[in-house]
Amino acid sequence: MQLYLPIADLPVNVFLVLAMGAAVGFVSGMFGIGGGFLMTPLLIFIGITPAVAVASVASHIAASSFSGALTYWRRRAIDPALASVLLCGGVTGTALGVWTFTQLRALGQLDLMIALSYVVLLGTVGSLMFSEGLRALMRTRRGAVPPRRTHNWIHGLPLKMRFKRSKIYLSVIPVVVIGIVIGFVGAIMGIGGGFILVPIMIYILRVPTSTVIGTSMVLTLVTMLFATMLHAATNHLVDAVLALILMVGGVTGAQFGARAGQKIRGEQLRLLLGLLILSVGVRFAVALVIRPEDLFTIRELGVGG
Amino acid sequence: MRALAAALLVLLLGTSARAERLIVSVSNHRVTVTPNYSGEELVLFGSVEKDAATPADRTAYDLVVTVMGPRADMVTRRKERTFGIWINTDYRQFLQVPSYLALFANRPFDSITSPEIARRQQIGLNNVLLTQRVSGDYADVVPNDAFRSAFIRLRTQRGLYREDASAVTFLTPTLFRTGIPLPAEVPIGTYEVEIKLFANGAFVGKTETAFEIVKVGFEQFVANTARQNGLVYGLVTAAMALMTGWMASIVFRKD
Repeated sequence: MQLYLPIADLPVNVFLVLAMGAAVGFVSGMFGIGGGFLMTPLLIFIGITPAVAVASVASHIAASSFSGALTYWRRRAIDPALASVLLCGGVTGTALGVWTFTQLRALGQLDLMIALSYVVLLGTVGSLMFSEGLRALMRTRRGAVPPRRTHNWIHGLPLKMRFKRSKIYLSVIPVVVIGIVIGFVGAIMGIGGGFILVPIMIYILRVPTSTVIGTSMVLTLVTMLFATMLHAATNHLVDAVLALILMVGGVTGAQFGARAGQKIRGEQLRLLLGLLILSVGVRFAVALVIRPEDLFTIRELGVGG
Repeated sequence: MRALAAALLVLLLGTSARAERLIVSVSNHRVTVTPNYSGEELVLFGSVEKDAATPADRTAYDLVVTVMGPRADMVTRRKERTFGIWINTDYRQFLQVPSYLALFANRPFDSITSPEIARRQQIGLNNVLLTQRVSGDYADVVPNDAFRSAFIRLRTQRGLYREDASAVTFLTPTLFRTGIPLPAEVPIGTYEVEIKLFANGAFVGKTETAFEIVKVGFEQFVANTARQNGLVYGLVTAAMALMTGWMASIVFRKD
């Protein structure tokens, strides 16, 4: 069944988009991530412009992280204090990100920046995650004990605050900075940032695993809601029809993905996720390096006169 | 002086008497684009009305139909290899060019009329005026300019620019018809149709008509709201996201 997308300005097959939403939802449920880094590239691949894809995926991620956050809230697996501090940075970062997005679009370099960010970010995070997963897997094979975590320089910073539910005593500076970075890249790349945020919170901030996913989902939820509104108000690029189809597919797929994820061991899961992230990054890198089919592109600046 | 006036009068009378009248109509003056719209074809009908003054030897006519969609500014960008990757570097801005442009004729443009008249009457995609802004100047450039030809090629690929020298068919020597194909992603707005009549290579006369493309239904409402009330639209979308997420957590609740 064909449906015309009002903002993307092109007809799409509803079932194709629904299936894409479900597939990405499955993956995101399996790994406990938002899935924006898969959804945005897929939309670009079916012909939706990167700008509309990024803006519309924001609301899709908001929906899936809200249903996740509600579940974690019921299990008391969210640290409200940590989430609020993260949000201070997250909201600032999102506003900066949307502003940068608008500027880049006017310069005609938005698509390039989206692609470059994907290459750099996904390439780095993917390889780190993959190698870490590989090492963990070898350790368990050998039966070795994982090395004890030690405090690092982050824990020497001033302005310390006690986060009761996470049982950590931590400076607010790195937390706000992380919020800004995640909000910024999220608004430009159309990702929630969960797949970067969770490792950062575990390895750098030493947030316990009991609260890390729930808290990161709150940050994702608020920054993505804020990004949706800013993208809608400034760039008029959010396609609500597209977003709705994606949401319905996504939240359904996520439920099945979560069940599948419980059957796989943690290290293998990380290895798989690392591989997936890396391959999306490589896909963008290849597209940048090979000669494009057409060197010319047209952008309409709005109907006038 | 009087002789000159008389000569002018004769000339004027001659011109008006020589002019064939063109009568045309489009099958639909208002095309509505609904959510499941996937392209359509309009039909343009018309006839060449001769009068008593039409020279008897004039039997064969040639027609060129130009359909122009709403005008818009557009930017064409060119990618170049920089530091090993392909980046948009150079660009040209096209000012108030038709978002949809179709040129139809009953036989090849170059056999209808001379290159000189074709250029003046803007017959063929190579001759249509596409104003560019080139470093502060406003001008059209030569037809084989890289940006101009890329612009036409890309628009043609999307079905928005087209040229067909066999689309006009004469049912009788004076009655003609042509189809106007409108692709799924047709721009909305007012479309001008210009019908130019040629006989023996000379431009004889023209007439104009128009039709309108409007979007109706839910999707147009969405598009309008998004453009006019961005903030409200954003709030509604955000609320929709929250609703969907909340519903999912209710439906799939395990405990």
